[in-house]
This record gives sequence, structure tokens and C-alpha cells, in this order.
Amino acid sequence: MKVSKLISALAALSTGLLALSASGSAHAIAWYFQTPASKMAAEIDWLHQVVMWIILVIFVGVFGFMFYACWAHRRSVGHKAEQFHENTTVEILWTVIPALILIMIAWPVTKVVIAQKDTSAPDLTIKVTGYQWKWGYDYLKGEGEGISFVSTLATPREQIEGKEPKGEHYLLEVDNEVVVPVGKKVRIIVTAADVIHAWWIPALGAKQDAIPGFLRDIWFRAENTGTFRGQCVELCGKEHGFMPIVVRVVSSDDYSKWAGEKKKALAAAADDPNKQWDVKELIARGEKVYAGICVACHQATGQGSPALKAPALAGNKFVVGAEQGPIDTVLNGRPNTAMQAFKQQLSDTEIAAVITYARNTWGNKASDVQPAEVKARRK
Amino acid sequence: MSAVVHDHGHAHDDHGHGHHGPYGGIMRWITTTNHKDIGTMYLWFSFVMFSIGGLMAVGIRLELFSPGLQFLDPDRFNQLTTMHGLIMVFGAIMPVFVGFANWQIPMMIGAPDMAFARLNNWSFWLLPFAATLLVLSFFMPGGAPGVGWTMYAPLTVQMGIGMDLTIFAVHLLGMSSILGSINIITTILNMRAPGMTLMRMPLFVWTWLITAYLLVAAMPVLAGAVTMTLTDRHFGTTFFNAAGGGDPVLYQHIFWFFGHPEVYIIALPGFGVISQVIPAFSRKPLFGYASMVYATSAIAIISFIVWAHHMYTVGMPVTGQLFFMYATMIIAVPTGVKVFNWVATMWKGSLTFETPMLFACGFLFMFTLGGFTGLVLSVVPVDIQMHDTYYVVAHFHYVMVAGALFAAFAGVYFWLPKWTGHMYNETLGKWHFWLTLIFFNMIFFVQHFLGLAGMPRRIPDYPLMFETWNKISSLGAFGMGLAQLLFLYIVIQTIRSRVPAPQKPWEGADSLEWTHLPTPVPYHTFEVQPVIK
Repeated sequence: MKVSKLISALAALSTGLLALSASGSAHAIAWYFQTPASKMAAEIDWLHQVVMWIILVIFVGVFGFMFYACWAHRRSVGHKAEQFHENTTVEILWTVIPALILIMIAWPVTKVVIAQKDTSAPDLTIKVTGYQWKWGYDYLKGEGEGISFVSTLATPREQIEGKEPKGEHYLLEVDNEVVVPVGKKVRIIVTAADVIHAWWIPALGAKQDAIPGFLRDIWFRAENTGTFRGQCVELCGKEHGFMPIVVRVVSSDDYSKWAGEKKKALAAAADDPNKQWDVKELIARGEKVYAGICVACHQATGQGSPALKAPALAGNKFVVGAEQGPIDTVLNGRPNTAMQAFKQQLSDTEIAAVITYARNTWGNKASDVQPAEVKARRK
Repeated sequence: MSAVVHDHGHAHDDHGHGHHGPYGGIMRWITTTNHKDIGTMYLWFSFVMFSIGGLMAVGIRLELFSPGLQFLDPDRFNQLTTMHGLIMVFGAIMPVFVGFANWQIPMMIGAPDMAFARLNNWSFWLLPFAATLLVLSFFMPGGAPGVGWTMYAPLTVQMGIGMDLTIFAVHLLGMSSILGSINIITTILNMRAPGMTLMRMPLFVWTWLITAYLLVAAMPVLAGAVTMTLTDRHFGTTFFNAAGGGDPVLYQHIFWFFGHPEVYIIALPGFGVISQVIPAFSRKPLFGYASMVYATSAIAIISFIVWAHHMYTVGMPVTGQLFFMYATMIIAVPTGVKVFNWVATMWKGSLTFETPMLFACGFLFMFTLGGFTGLVLSVVPVDIQMHDTYYVVAHFHYVMVAGALFAAFAGVYFWLPKWTGHMYNETLGKWHFWLTLIFFNMIFFVQHFLGLAGMPRRIPDYPLMFETWNKISSLGAFGMGLAQLLFLYIVIQTIRSRVPAPQKPWEGADSLEWTHLPTPVPYHTFEVQPVIK
């Protein structure tokens, strides 16, 4: 009676869960590695399956014994306990056999570990820098050398807060994708500017912690074209869940085309630091910079966040005070806080614009800051 | 028969009671130096912390029920994951086994009390202050630290004053553990009854002896790591800052040099409990007692040379990766020996399945599952793919919850009749087991899939393809939380029950507390040493 009740309860529960999962979303349920897009990812997959099968066989064997004993050696069926409590042969066997199995596993694994570490002779070298909370990319060597951009989450805030339906690539989309050529060995040099982050593309089998002050490297060679997505995998503060990584693998021709266009676009976008800007233009430009970077801590209302030690900018005497104060803070950051040095990430114009914006929004009123003044404060 | 010794002990006890009983009321608990009172306080403390940490887990799962941000802002979410981890590890799981040690070790080796009775009082009373600091950190400007229970530098430098409270709490917890361990080591080495040689001690005592050594060796390392964090935060040092010649990865090396032995500090006493429970309900002596002792010692020693397997993705040299992979694989051998021994103990026994045995079987099955996923993670390339994903979360919850917590439940049901003098309600106990088992697997089994599919840990929001498993996991968490209320009810019902328990309710139990002491155990026991033949 009891057993049948339990089974019917379980059946009801699982039906409920199935209904729930069906209603959840149109997405297929992901339950295993993404389809490998590199030989390394395929080998990782293969190693995982080998180990899983070995484990499964041992697991079924050992617990076959346990459940058989639970069934056949019960007191309720009148089984009398035997009193044996050691057997040297058996004990040696079950020490030696697992050791041999482990050696069997270790051998092929060792070869993959060594291959994974071999970052020599790359076709393209890209430096990745983790920032709170975005990724910076610098194409250091190979075709496209000199390309440099910052890549941030493209999912709108409204989707995250549930005010808009969530898009297909919710939390896995960025404004600037990393583009690499198919079939080429790409070396990724990973570092960070503030705290530890980790760069990961599951389908390429490439993951590396980004450690501030240190350079580490990994490599991958994509086997097929496509867009591959990953996320930061080392807790790096408030927006840790919102700094994805997107790599687009394209054919060699497409890559050359992209690299050429990107370079031109970067050159065109580069502002002349000596140009005199109109205040309205500066504020409009600054609003964009603020929404992309500063808003994470200082908030859209300029009220800041005590939890992040981010002071309110609205009504802040320092912000509306002497111009070099805010300029130095944005250029060089504040030690031991999430306020990082932005001199690498932002141009003189962008810094001038965002400071002008902060000095003239939320009721603040102060003089504008021109790019030339920022340039003068750079050391 | 034991009855002779029992009568003698009992007569003596009555005599003792007349002269120096405990204070009444609250003063009894504040001033007590009695190992049983202190054990009781450890157990209740750990249940309170288990409830607080559990509530935090429910909060985490509530936020993760659906994609998007609903209940918690990301900062609060990070604070909850951090404090859930710290409270469960240092506030719930470690103290529960110290509670067992206090109650059981003197009774199992025939000693009247712990070696340093006042020190024992002090090592307990440090804990409520540490716990208060941890909880208070939520109410500081900036809230509790949101850095993960591992407290990696340099993120810790950005935190508010809550981080400092947490550091001081870790200092207090470490002091408490070290004092407790010194007490346990001294008690076991010096206060065994005549005839209780080391190799005749119950395995629970053995595992605690080894655990206590691990604690004395590992806790100061953690204290060092958090103190360096403290001076980096406030006194201008740069241990973990490259700009001043330091290295953030150094913190991880120090932390995990403590952290991996810590895994076994949590697991070994549980192994000890299971090694008492399985023979008792199999009515058969423990298989391979000597090899169990050697395997436990081997695990303890190897646990000090595997730490960097938590750090495969920091970018170690290839020789470092290979060394730590091989060492990690080796630790599977003695762990395997223990599992084989437990199964061999059940083999051809005469098994019954009261609640302690159910929890022991649940432990055996699921701890082994957690051990196997640990073997998967020892493989460097596979680990690199799964590092910091939900696969790791699933893996260590199988070890910590299905391992340590299930062993603690087995121990509570096993010894509750001895401690309270009353039998618990067997039917309710079985309900507690099955509900906990089902809901536990509902929470954590599916997290293996999440990890394989690539969901990072410690994120408050996730891409849409992870939604289904997260929903199942969250529902399991709510059920698991409710099931623990049943446990509280069972324990209170047992304490208030009027059904007396026999001296030895478990037919196959054979250690001194069952054979030599009445139920309930008197306030003072073994005032005259028993002689073990």
C-alpha cells in the first residue's frame, strides 16, 4: 500500500515538473557540453566520457554488492550474520586494482594536458583584459594587429529587470564581438585590471583566470565558423553575472575584410583631442559613456551605492569642484575600490564628456571639461 | 556481562551527584565544564547555524528560480552565497562533529570527561561571538562581504567593514577549533581506560584523532591568509597586490593549503560515525578495521599535497598541473578502500534499516557519487572545462551534504536514545530520511547538467537554456528546507517523550557507551575507570 502511494506521488510530481519545463521556454534543455568547435574541446569531451564510463562500471559493481546485501542479507528474511572481518588478499586487490585503473586514466590525460599548455607559434595573438565588468581586447600580433576595443553586455537592463521579454541570447550578447579566423592558432594572453576574472569559451575548450598584474596564456584553433558564447567564471563583484564573452569565428577572407573595416572604423572614431567641443555635444556623448560604464556603481540617478563604496555624484562637491579633481580620479582611479584607472579604456574626449555630463546632470551645475584639459593631466 | 560494571558505575554516580551537581538555569550552560553539556550546546548551536545558512540557501534558490533579477540585487546575492558557505562550513558542519566528539569520545574510551574541561567551555563559547560577527556583517554599511566563502584577493580589498567582521569571525572560529582539537588529542592519547589500546578504539575516535591533527595543522594557515587580507586592506601591505610585489594567486595557494585538508576535516568524523553505524545494524564487526585506520591516515597526509587542484585555471606550469593531478588521483585509492570496507561489512550481515542505517546507506551511495565526480574533476583538461561551474557546486554538495550532513543525521538518530534516554519516532525518522534524500537529489543532481552545459557558479541571473534545471533545483531546495523542520520536531518530541529507551537499543552496537553505561547516561560517567579485556 505504502509503496504504491509513494510511486503515485512521485508520478504526480514528475508530471508537474514536465509541464513546468515545457511551459518554461522554447529553449532546448541544455544538459551536456556544447558541441565542440575545436579539437581541444573534442578531446576534453572524449576524456570526460572515458572517465564517466569507467566510473559508471565501478559504481554499478560496488553498489550492486551493496543493494544485493540490502536485499538478500536482511534480518527480516532470517539471514544470520557471519563474523568475518578481514581478508588480506581482498584488501590488497582492492587497493592495487583501483591504482592500476587510475594509471590507465592518467596516461592519455597527461598527453592532453601537455598539448593544452603549448602556446608556441600562434598565427594570431590577442590580449584580453578583464575589467569590472567588461572585457578589453587588443590584437597584438598577426593580421589585424593594432585593433583594440572594449566589449560589454548588450542585453538591455529592461530585459534583466523583467520589464521586456528576454531575447534569444539573453546575457550572452555583447556590443563588440571578438572576431578570429577559422583554422588558425589563436593565442590569448589573459590579464585583468582590477580583480580576478576568468575568460571562457566552452565550445573552444579554452578557459583562463585573468589575474591583475600577471599575464597568462592559452590557445585555441577553431575547426568551424560560427558564434561561440561564454561568461566570466570567476566571482569579480556585483556585475559578475553580466560580462559575457562572444567569439565569432569567420573564414580567412571574411576575417581580412573585418580587420580592414575595423581598423578604418577605429581610426574614424578616434577623436581629435585638441578639438573644442560644445557643452551640449559633450553632455550627449558623456551620457552614453556613463550608461555604458559608470552606471553599474554610481547608478542612473547619480545616487551611488554605499554597498560598493560608490559615492553619490549628485550634489557631490568634489565632482562640481576644481576640474583637475574629477579628471585625475577618472584617469587614475581610487585605490582599493572598484573605481579603476580609466586612462587605458577611455579616450581624452570620452573622459572629458563623461565628467562634463556628471558636472551638469542630477541638479549639478559646473563648467564643462574639454579633451585638451584631460590630455594635459595624463602623465 | 556489562551489568556488573553498570551497577558499580551507577552507585558511584548517585554519590557524585549529591556533592557537585551543576548550577541551575542559564548559569549551568554558561559555566559548565561537563563534556555532555558542552556537546549538547555544540549540537544546538550547529542546528541554529544550519537553519540560518539554510534560509540563505532558500533565498539564493528563490532568486534563481527564474532568469532575470526578481528578489535580490546582485550585490545582496553575492553576500548570501558568501555567508551561506561560511556559515554552513564553519558554523554548522564543523561544530556538529565537535558536538559528537564531546559527547562520545569520553564515553567511548572510558574517560570521565575531556582532558581540559574549562578550555572545553571556552572553545564552545567563542562560537556564538564568531557567529554574531558573521551575521552582524549584514547590517554594516556595504553589507556582508560578497566575495565567496573562499574570500579571494584582491576582491576582498574592495569590500566594506563587513569584510573585517568576517575576518575576525574566522579568527575566533579558528581559535575555537584549535583549542577543541588540542583537547581532543590530549583526551584520546592520555585518558583511555586500561586495556583500550589505540588499535582497539572505536573508529569514530580514530577519525577524530586524525581530524584534530588536521585542524591543528590547517587552521593557523587560514588565520594567516585572512590576516594578510586584513593588513592588505588597512595597513598598506601588498601581499596579494602585484603593484607592490605581491601576487593574488599567493592567496589562493595559502587558502587551499588550508582548504583541502578542511574538506577532510569535514568528511573524516562523518566517516567515523558511519563506521559505528554500519556494523551496528549489520550485526557484524567492521570489515578491515586496521586498513580503515591506515586509509584514514593516508587520506589525511595526502590531503596536504593536493591543494592546487582547486586552481588548475590560474595558469600553473604544466609540471604543477600534472603533479597535483596525480596526487589527487592517488587520494581516490584510500577513499575507495573505505567504501569497499563498508560494503564488505554489510555483506553477509543480518541487516535492519532503522533511520541511522538508512542515513548511513544514503551517505555511502551519495558520498561515493560525490567522490566519483571528484575523480572526474581531478582530470586537468576536464576540470578546466568545468572549473567554477555548477558541476563543482553539485560535486561538493554531494560531499558536504550527502556526505557530512547525512553522516551527522545518522549519528544523531543513532545516539539520540543514549543522550536523551528516550526513543525517537521511527516512522517520522524514516520520513525525514526519504524526504531529505529525494529533495537533496532534486536540488543537486540536476546541477551536474547545469555545470556541463556551462552555467557559471555565483551568478544571480542566467541565460535562458538553464531555466528548467534551475526551476527543479529551486523546488528541491524549498522541499529540503521544509523537511528539516520535521527533523527539529522529531528531536523535540524525543526529548519530551516519556518512552524510556533501553540501555542498548541497537542489537549490534558494541562500544562502551552501549555496553557499560545506562540510558540515559548520568551527568558524570566513568568516575571509576572500566577495564577493557
